[in-house]
Amino acid sequence: MRERLALSTPVMGACGKTGTWRVFRPVVDREICNACGICSLYCPDGVINEEDYSIDLDYCKGCGICANECPKKAITMERE
Amino acid sequence: MSGLQETEYILKCTSACAGCSTSLILRHVLAAAGPDTVLVIPACCTSVIQGVYPKTSFRIPVYNVAFAASAAVASGMSAAFEAMGKKTNVIAYAGDGGTVDIGIQALSGALERETNFLYICYDNEAYGNTGMQRSGSTPLGARTTTTPEGKGHKKKDLDRIVAAHSIPYMATACSAYPKDLAGKVEKALATKGPAFIHVLAPCPPGWRYPAEKTIEMGKLAVKTGVWALYERMYETVVISGPTKAAMIKPTPIEEYIKPQGRFKGITPETITTIRLDSERMLRRLAAEEEGSC
Ligand SMILES: Cc1ncc(C[n+]2csc(CCOP(=O)(O)OP(=O)(O)O)c2C)c(N)n1
Ligand code: SF4
Ligand code: SF4
Ligand code: SF4
Ligand SMILES: [Mg+2]
Repeated sequence: MRERLALSTPVMGACGKTGTWRVFRPVVDREICNACGICSLYCPDGVINEEDYSIDLDYCKGCGICANECPKKAITMERE
Repeated sequence: MSGLQETEYILKCTSACAGCSTSLILRHVLAAAGPDTVLVIPACCTSVIQGVYPKTSFRIPVYNVAFAASAAVASGMSAAFEAMGKKTNVIAYAGDGGTVDIGIQALSGALERETNFLYICYDNEAYGNTGMQRSGSTPLGARTTTTPEGKGHKKKDLDRIVAAHSIPYMATACSAYPKDLAGKVEKALATKGPAFIHVLAPCPPGWRYPAEKTIEMGKLAVKTGVWALYERMYETVVISGPTKAAMIKPTPIEEYIKPQGRFKGITPETITTIRLDSERMLRRLAAEEEGSC
């Protein structure tokens, strides 16, 4: 019975390396960042690490929400 | 939100559009719900963004079901878990089309039968997955592919329909307020019986604004009073903080309407109608909270 169900397996990169979609890349100025965590709270894709706020560019889609919401304006979107 | 990383139940990455509220909402819903959760998902953007068989980016069990069937399937699932003595959370996660239009009778039936589950409607105000056709939840004046001149009908008041079922917990939320959303999900899941959360989900391609403005759009919806955040426990209404603030000092509604391409060409009269309707809704909620109606 089990084999006859179409069961998908969870894996990283199930939808490909979505970082290739990006036109603009978020660049964080660590001098300005005060580690408030707002960027990672709002990243729709959860690609901002919650401990050190590093961004996984293999998967970041470049939406720009983090840069728009950062209260310190520590993130700039730079053309790839 | 420390600790979310261990509780990310969506693996990098989904195929959702950049800046998608639907992904952001689900990320926080699943973090609040924890690993002992099963999702029931009808045809909608969320059934697509999971990935294509045999791979998925969702780390918890998902049951993909026919468009109209989410609440009916969730009912059966909830009954089965109860019979097995399991406490697994059953969450239906459906779009506005799948809720206010095609799934409404299944939802109404499940609420009436007091099914022990949580139904979440994420509302991007159109049939997103099939290319932005109008739904019953599309607001007045909004352009969609089937309302190229702007919708001539008002947004269906789903929340009052749900409220008429007098359920133990219902709430509204918005992707721009993830902590408020997470708190409401926790309360909903702690409730025995049916719980319902309606989440406004700004959608960059559908609403036609740049992807980085998703949070801004959600905040503006609340600050202008177009979208109200509240909870309802049977007949008791509790208005949430951001909407309380908007009631005291609302942001002009044009600040929400003007940046969205879907409202291009909207007339001042239509904007006035939307404003008056929002004000009426807020007055009604305030009166309900006071217990005077
Ligand atoms: C019975 C049936 N009718 C139509 C469709 C095609 N369809 C699939 S998803 C969808 C739109 C869903 O819209 P909504 O529920 O708002 O979710 P969204 O895509 O916006 O996330 C439609 C029309 C279908 N799958 N089944
Ligand atoms: S929002 Fe800005 S200041 Fe806060 S952690 Fe992110 S980059 Fe740093
Ligand atoms: S640009 Fe978007 S996807 Fe990339 S890290 Fe920022 S919020 Fe996340
Ligand atoms: S169409 Fe809208 S809701 Fe659907 S995946 Fe894209 S941004 Fe998300
Ligand atoms: Mg929709």
